[in-house]
Amino acid sequence: MPNLNLNRRFFLKSAALIGCSAAAHPLMSSMTFAALPGDNRLVVIILRGAMDGLDAIQPYGDPMLRKLRSKLSLGPQNGAADLDGFYALHPQLLPLLPLWQKGELAFAHAVSTPYRDKRSHFDGQDLLEAGTGDDLPVDRRIGGWLNRLLQAIPGSTAETAYSVGVEQMKILSGAAAHLSWAPSASLRMSPQAQLLLEHVYHDDPLFRDAARDAAQIGAETPMMDKTQGPAADARALGAFAASRLNDQSRIAAFSIAGWDTHASQEAVLGRALDRLAAAILALRDGLGPNWERTTVMAMTEFGRTVRENGSAGTDHGTGGALLMAGGAIRGGRAYGDWPGLGEGQLYAGRDLMPTRDVRAYAAWAMRGLFGTGRDVLEQTIFPGLDLGDDPGILA
Amino acid sequence: MSFGFPELAAIRLGYGLSPLMPPPADVGAVLASVDTAGPGPEAVSTDDAREMSLRLREMGEASKTAGEAAAEEYRAFGRMLSRMMLTDLQRRIARAVDDPVGFGERLVQFWSDHFTTRPLGAAVQPLGLAFVDEAIRPHVNGRFEDMFFAADTHPMMLVYLNQNESRGPNSTFAKKRKAKGFGLNENLAREALELHSMGVGAPYAQKDVRELAELLTGLTYSREQGFAYRPQMAEPGAETVLGKSYGGGKRDGLEAIRAALTDIARRPETAQYVARKLAVHFVSDDPPEDLVQAMTAVWRDSQGDLPQVYRVLVTHPALADTLRQKVRQPYDLLVAGFRALGVSGAQIAGLEHPLNARMTFDPMNGMGQPWGRQAGPDGWPEEAEAWIAPQQLAARINWSLSMPRRMLEQLPDPRELMQASLGGTQSAALAWAVPKAESAAEGVALILASSDFNRR
Repeated sequence: MPNLNLNRRFFLKSAALIGCSAAAHPLMSSMTFAALPGDNRLVVIILRGAMDGLDAIQPYGDPMLRKLRSKLSLGPQNGAADLDGFYALHPQLLPLLPLWQKGELAFAHAVSTPYRDKRSHFDGQDLLEAGTGDDLPVDRRIGGWLNRLLQAIPGSTAETAYSVGVEQMKILSGAAAHLSWAPSASLRMSPQAQLLLEHVYHDDPLFRDAARDAAQIGAETPMMDKTQGPAADARALGAFAASRLNDQSRIAAFSIAGWDTHASQEAVLGRALDRLAAAILALRDGLGPNWERTTVMAMTEFGRTVRENGSAGTDHGTGGALLMAGGAIRGGRAYGDWPGLGEGQLYAGRDLMPTRDVRAYAAWAMRGLFGTGRDVLEQTIFPGLDLGDDPGILA
Repeated sequence: MSFGFPELAAIRLGYGLSPLMPPPADVGAVLASVDTAGPGPEAVSTDDAREMSLRLREMGEASKTAGEAAAEEYRAFGRMLSRMMLTDLQRRIARAVDDPVGFGERLVQFWSDHFTTRPLGAAVQPLGLAFVDEAIRPHVNGRFEDMFFAADTHPMMLVYLNQNESRGPNSTFAKKRKAKGFGLNENLAREALELHSMGVGAPYAQKDVRELAELLTGLTYSREQGFAYRPQMAEPGAETVLGKSYGGGKRDGLEAIRAALTDIARRPETAQYVARKLAVHFVSDDPPEDLVQAMTAVWRDSQGDLPQVYRVLVTHPALADTLRQKVRQPYDLLVAGFRALGVSGAQIAGLEHPLNARMTFDPMNGMGQPWGRQAGPDGWPEEAEAWIAPQQLAARINWSLSMPRRMLEQLPDPRELMQASLGGTQSAALAWAVPKAESAAEGVALILASSDFNRR
C-alpha cells in the first residue's frame, strides 16, 4: 500500500509537541510551573467580519459624522453613552460603561494592519493573525504572532497559550505548541478503548496529539454552567478562557464573528456587540483577582466605509477601532490621533484614515506584560513594524 | 493487504466502501457517474421558493385576524420552512449513502461550497435549496462559465452577497429617491473575483471590483416578482472590468453581465485558481504541482469543460500517491460511516424530527461543521488542522461510539467491518488493535474513529 505521505505541517506541529505532554514535561511540577512565565495575562479576541469602529465608538464630536451618516452612529441623542465629549459608546456596549469609569476599558481609534485596498475579510484576517506586513506574498504569511510571542517567552509550554472555541485560530498557529478546547466538548471512552485508540493514532501526529489533549483537558475541566441566551456562546468562551488563565495559561485567543454589516447594521451590529460585551464581562467575572493582571485586546481585520451604503449598512473599509479592557490597562481614555472625516482626510476618499498600526498597541502591551524586547517585537513577532513611541496603555 | 483502483476511487472520490454495493470498476465508471448528480425528484425551484415565501406572508397576515387555527397553521408552516435546511441535509446524506460511486455528489458539495450561500430566516430557506438544484446540479458535468453565471446571478446569491440591495448611484431609481440614499454594494462583485473565479492573488484592482459592481446593478430578486433585471436600477454607461468594456447600450444589461462573467471565467488565473482548489479538495492540502498544472492546462485548453478536468484528476498518479492526505469533512465522515455499516438511504430518510437532527446536524456541529452556517462566503476550510482540534476529534470519537448503536439492531463483527469499509487500505496499527477491543461496540468505534477512516 502507498506510504502515508505526511504533510510537512504535521511534522512542524509534532516536532514542537514532543515532550510537552503534562506527564513528560520536565517543568511540569506545580512549584516550578507557577513561577513561569510570569503572572500577567493577555487575551486577544479576533472580531471576524470587520467591526464598524465608527459605530462601536462613535466620534460624534466630529461634525462630519452626521453629514456622512444619517441612520447610524447618531451619538448620545440615540442612546450612545458620552465618554469624553467627543466619543460615545454604542448603546449595546453600555454594560461595559462601568469598566470605562473604573479605568478598565479603553480604545484606540483609526488603527489598522498594513493591509490595504483589496478589502478581503479572509486576507485581512490572515494578515491580522499573521502579524506580518502586506509586502509578503500571501503564502509566506504563515504562523501567527501570538505563536511567535510564545517562542520568545522563556519557560513557556503548551499550557501557556489556549485557543478557545471550535474555530481555528491562526493567530496561535506555528512552531510553539499550544492547547485548544471548546467549552462544550467532553470525551466518553472506556480506558481500554482509549489505550487502543492511542495505538491506532500513534503514527498520525495530528490525531495522536489532538486525542491526547482532548483526554487531558476534558479530565481537568470542571463542568461549566449551562448559560442560555443569544450571547451564551460568547459568555462561555470568556468563562472557559478565564478558567484556563486562572490555572497555568497566560495567553488566550478566541474569535467572535458577525461583524460584516452590509445591511441593517443597527440590528446586526447590536447583536455582535452584545456578544463582545458578554465575553469581556465573563472574563472579568471569571478571572476574579487575576483581572488586575489581565489585558484584553479586541481587534478586527479592517474598518468599514465612513459613509452608509444603500442598505442601511456599511461596506469594507480601512481604519478601524481597537478595544482594550482589563485591570492591567490604563483605561477610561481614548488613544490614538483622530484623523478627521473631512474632505481630503479620508483614505481613498471613502475610509477612515489609519493613523497608527494596530500591531504597535499589541507590541507595547506584550512589552509591558511579558518584557519582550523591542528588537524581538520589531523583527520577529511583527517583522518590519516600527514600534514608535509608547502609547502608555498599561497602568 | 492489497487494493486497487476501485477501492481507491471509492475512498478518495466517493464516500467510501459499502457492503451493499461494489466500488466503481474503472475510470469510465467514475466519470460516467457524475451525470447522475443532476436535480432529483425533490428539487426545489426559485418559483417554488417564491410561492412558499409568499404563502408564509399571507398566512402571517391571516393569522392576525382569522383565529387560533390560522395562527397555528402559520406557526407550523414557519417551523417547516425553518427546518428545510435540516431536511435537505437529511435527504442529501440519504442520496449520498445510496450513490454507488459518489463522485457526483462529492462534486455537488464541492461546487456548492465554492459558491457558498447561506439562507438567513425561515422565508429564505427554500431559496437555499433552489440554489443547489438550479445553479449547481445542472452544471456539475458542464462548463464552469455556465455554473459561474448561474450561481452569481441566482436569487439566493443576490440575497446572500447583498447584490439585491445594490443600486447604481446614478440610476434613475436612485436619483428619484435621493433622500433614501440608495447606492452601490460591492460585496458580490468582490467575491465573484476573489473567491469564485480568479482568486485573491490575481491582478485585479479595487477599480475592477467597483466597475464590476456597477455592471451588476439591476440584478434583483423579490418574492413578488421573482428574478428580474431592472434597467432603472442599473448604473448607466459602460463599465471597464480588467481592461475590457461592457454594456453601455440601452438593452444589453443581463447579456453584458454574462459577457463579463464569461470572460472572467475564461481567464488563465481562473483556470489556475479553481483547478488548484479542486486538487486541494480531492487530493491533498498541498497538491503535487504537476497535477495542478495538468488540470490547469486542460481547463485552459477546453475553456473550463469540467468533465475533461475531472478526467485528469481521476487518472493522475497523485490520486494513489497522496492517499490519506485529506481529512474527511464531518459531512463526508457521516456518509462514509452510514455506508460502511450498511445503513441505507431509506433508513436515513425515514428518521423523524428530532431524531434526524440528532443523527446528522448535531454530530456535525460538534465536529465543527454546523450545516448551513458557514462563517463566511469562503465556505468550509480545507486544511486537515481545521477539522482535528481536540474538541472536534472528541466529537468524532463520541459519534463513533454512539452512532452505530443507534442505527443498527445488531453490530457487525469488527474484523469484517474493517475489511469491508477499508478494503485493504487499513494500517497495521488498526489491524492490530481492532481484534483486541473488549466488545463489538468498541471495535466498531475504533474503526470509525481511526485516522484511516477519518482520512481519505
